[in-house]
Amino acid sequence: MWSPEYESMSRQRLEDLQLKRLKATVERVYQHVPFYREKMKKQGIKPEDLQSLSDLKYFPFTTKDDLRENYPFGLFAVGMDDVVRIHASSGTTGRMTVVGYTKNDINIWSEVMARSISSAGGGPRDRIQVSYGYGLFTGGLGVHYGAELLGAMVVPVSGGNTKRQIQVMQDFGITILACTPSYALYMAETAAEMGVDLRTLPLKIGIFGAEPWTEQMRREIETKMGIKAYDIYGLSEIIGPGVAIECQEQNGLHINEDHFLTEIIDPQSGEVLPYGEKGELVFTTLTKEAFPLIRYRTRDLSLLYPEACVCGRTFARMHRILGRTDDMLIIRGVNVFPSQIESVLLENGDVSPHYQLVVDRKDNLDDLEVWVEVSEAMFASEVRKLEQLNKNIKQKIESTLGINVRVKLVEPKTIQRSEGKAKRVIDRRELYQN
Amino acid sequence: MKVKQISVFLENKSGRLAKVTRILGDNRINIRALSIADTTDYGILRLIVSEPAKALSVLKAEGFTVRETEVIAVEVPDQPGGLAGVLEEIQAKGVNIEYMYAFVGKSLENAIVIFRVEEIDQAIALLKNTQVKLLPEERVYSL
Ligand SMILES: [Zn+2]
Repeated sequence: MWSPEYESMSRQRLEDLQLKRLKATVERVYQHVPFYREKMKKQGIKPEDLQSLSDLKYFPFTTKDDLRENYPFGLFAVGMDDVVRIHASSGTTGRMTVVGYTKNDINIWSEVMARSISSAGGGPRDRIQVSYGYGLFTGGLGVHYGAELLGAMVVPVSGGNTKRQIQVMQDFGITILACTPSYALYMAETAAEMGVDLRTLPLKIGIFGAEPWTEQMRREIETKMGIKAYDIYGLSEIIGPGVAIECQEQNGLHINEDHFLTEIIDPQSGEVLPYGEKGELVFTTLTKEAFPLIRYRTRDLSLLYPEACVCGRTFARMHRILGRTDDMLIIRGVNVFPSQIESVLLENGDVSPHYQLVVDRKDNLDDLEVWVEVSEAMFASEVRKLEQLNKNIKQKIESTLGINVRVKLVEPKTIQRSEGKAKRVIDRRELYQN
Repeated sequence: MKVKQISVFLENKSGRLAKVTRILGDNRINIRALSIADTTDYGILRLIVSEPAKALSVLKAEGFTVRETEVIAVEVPDQPGGLAGVLEEIQAKGVNIEYMYAFVGKSLENAIVIFRVEEIDQAIALLKNTQVKLLPEERVYSL
């Protein structure tokens, strides 16, 4: 355990600490972020109304739309001079979701990430290959800083160039691999093609996240790589990777509750649900300075179990993600919203676009095909013009999403409709089966 | 001199072409000429029919993506070099051809070729006093 004084503290002491930190956070956003002050005033509530942890339910939620409307820095609670890092993820439409960190935020992030690696069995003697992307995406740098704090040797390979990844893994004596689970499977396949048996290498631990995966995939990765694979959870809005991770038991992800207060709500009514019931995950940050969030709705479905764990940690566990309340997809680690495709088609002059995203996994790589029904306005009798149309749509979608797609023009009414509403997504990967 | 062609978007799956021709047949519309442009995923069916307006509405009603496209019909001498002569003249006038296809016509003295050209009005004006003989619309539908 990296920080036993926190990770195994009694629930009573933990709740006292949470309340103290929560009060301070609510007071701070009320003072420094007009958005929160307005929202609380509208709800007729003040920071001093928060007397116990359960009073949090009277405070308003924060949504991804709120983040978009306050783009880019509207929700920051410190002066920009104190911000030392910016990250961003894709939003539901054109605008990115931007988050910021103070020096102290980076320290907290490193701390929860160091705990996470340690929870997966890693330590200072380990050699970590970070194959998450580095950049605006939080995956690469998040794991990186945590691994350095832990004192491990970090190899920041970032994503891509899979053959070189295998080479590095082999030649540098890598013991821990951090990447998305689908990329891990792809690496295993590439290694096999190269004639490298990963099971004979020092590699022993995998820390996989940033996309949903199944128990079946875990077993496949563990068998092919000869490792133990751990599920890690995080999102840039809250901090990045390190919000929660599995322990050696591989039975639920311990949430770093001294930094992130967790609720499960009914996504329809917004009511807080008791432990053990499935609903939407809602987080409140307890220590973040630059970008604190009050009751942020993640749209991820899960459930919480607070029972003590044999590993000794007292932090409650969350079930691996069971689904989404919206239609967001994670394709090659990138968040994709069907509404982004719709905006592209509208820009292209299609007044009421009918489209469908068909997602599949081919040779362990996510594959996205966008079907677009050809309307009269788009149609021309020349092949050249239709091919140009296809190319335009493809390029615009690719520059919006940042991933490769194939565009297929189809006849009207090809796309399945149920109750008059088109089904926007067909995901053949079945990532949420449990 | 402009002729109305019916263009239909067809996915490459079996039975689609049969469906279009069946709909036209059931509505007593005669097909005068046709061509199909193919790609891997889809095809574009181009038709000259006896009643273009009716064809457009019945195909639309059946859910097809259909459009009316303006083309010209050229009478081509039915002899060696006949088409070459026409194409040379068109090229000499600087008219760009998008695509072309021949008429199915039977008891005709001359062959008839449908041309889709860029800037159709300008093309018709340019070809007015040349050897290229354009057919009037009504004659084409009733051939
Ligand atoms: Zn545990």
